[in-house]
Amino acid sequence: MSGNHLLRGHAPISDAGWALIDEEARERLGVALAARRLVDFAGPHGWDHSATNLGRTEPIASAPCDGVTALRRRVLPVAEVRATFTLSREELRAGDRGAADVDLEALDRAARQLAIAENKAVFHGWPEAGIQGVTEASPHPEVPRGADFNDYPRPVAKAVELLLQCGVGGPYGLALGTDDYTGVIETAEHGGYPLFDHLRQILDGPIVWSPGVRGAVVLSQRGGDFLFDSGQDVAVGFDSADADAVRLYLEESFTFRVATPEAAVALAPPA
Amino acid sequence: MGFDQYHEPPEELPAETRTFARLCASLTEEAEAIGWYEQRLAVEPNPLARAVMANAEAEEFKHFSMDLEFLLRQKPEWREIARGILFQEGDIVEHGEEAEEAVLEDPSAGDPTRGHGGALGIGSLRGRRQ
Repeated sequence: MSGNHLLRGHAPISDAGWALIDEEARERLGVALAARRLVDFAGPHGWDHSATNLGRTEPIASAPCDGVTALRRRVLPVAEVRATFTLSREELRAGDRGAADVDLEALDRAARQLAIAENKAVFHGWPEAGIQGVTEASPHPEVPRGADFNDYPRPVAKAVELLLQCGVGGPYGLALGTDDYTGVIETAEHGGYPLFDHLRQILDGPIVWSPGVRGAVVLSQRGGDFLFDSGQDVAVGFDSADADAVRLYLEESFTFRVATPEAAVALAPPA
Repeated sequence: MGFDQYHEPPEELPAETRTFARLCASLTEEAEAIGWYEQRLAVEPNPLARAVMANAEAEEFKHFSMDLEFLLRQKPEWREIARGILFQEGDIVEHGEEAEEAVLEDPSAGDPTRGHGGALGIGSLRGRRQ
């Protein structure tokens, strides 16, 4: 439904200020929310959406009376994630006057942390929230990669072969943790052919910079294997303000499920 | 042909308002047609004729829904109010009052650039450049 719980109307922020904040958040998150480039996305279903239907039940030990049996539906409750940040009101006033260099660094940091939280939950799980991640669920052994990025195509090809062997079709995507990403884009193989392009040929799918991911993950892009369910999509809300600063937050709610555990293979960095 | 879908002189109206008015007129016509088919179906005894008219009425359902969706895309506030009323269980009037109140409290709630529920509208990023 509406975003009233965000209390944006109570913030001492002009329409232009909100536009600036929203655009900055959208831009920063759009780069860092890696999981959304690689898994199925459903929703947003709204802030009042509380759980994902699993279609499964568990027994209830006793029924209200004789002659009946009972089952309890199992659901996956959504997790709420919030990253708070504080902006200078003087900086926002400067933005209203047309300043092109408004200091939004605190927002940028919060956006990065929120994106890392989402990426980690999807790829490596979040047990306290009931979320099993892609690499946790995978039955495949981790494929080790060596320290030399010139050899990187070998573990990626091995991962693709593992997926093919168990009948998981492509195209395949590659989530690269920040260290792996840097190593990949810096590397030109023998003859100057960029490693990035070679990997894309092996995968036939996207290669994604994925802050929060450990090592790398190869996963099928055929669809239906990894399910991100959004309640409230990422929004900026208002918390409090004083004469000098306004305290805001980025917030979202979501669940994540792995429908096909064998549709992903983790690549482990050297110990 | 008449131009009576306009309440003001057409030459004074911007192009997008004329388009909006045309679709409002079309929406009205589709709703009227649905009402007419309902009346015809209520009195027609011939099963084949009824089947043909039921099929035609279903076309009007589609046309009405497409007109409505077009119009809602032009008016974020209308869209937000409709979101609170359409396809909801329970008391229609109560939902209408709540939806109207929510938009009055937060006039930008239906702004499409803010996405659903005041969010940033990021959604899925599949296929987008990083």
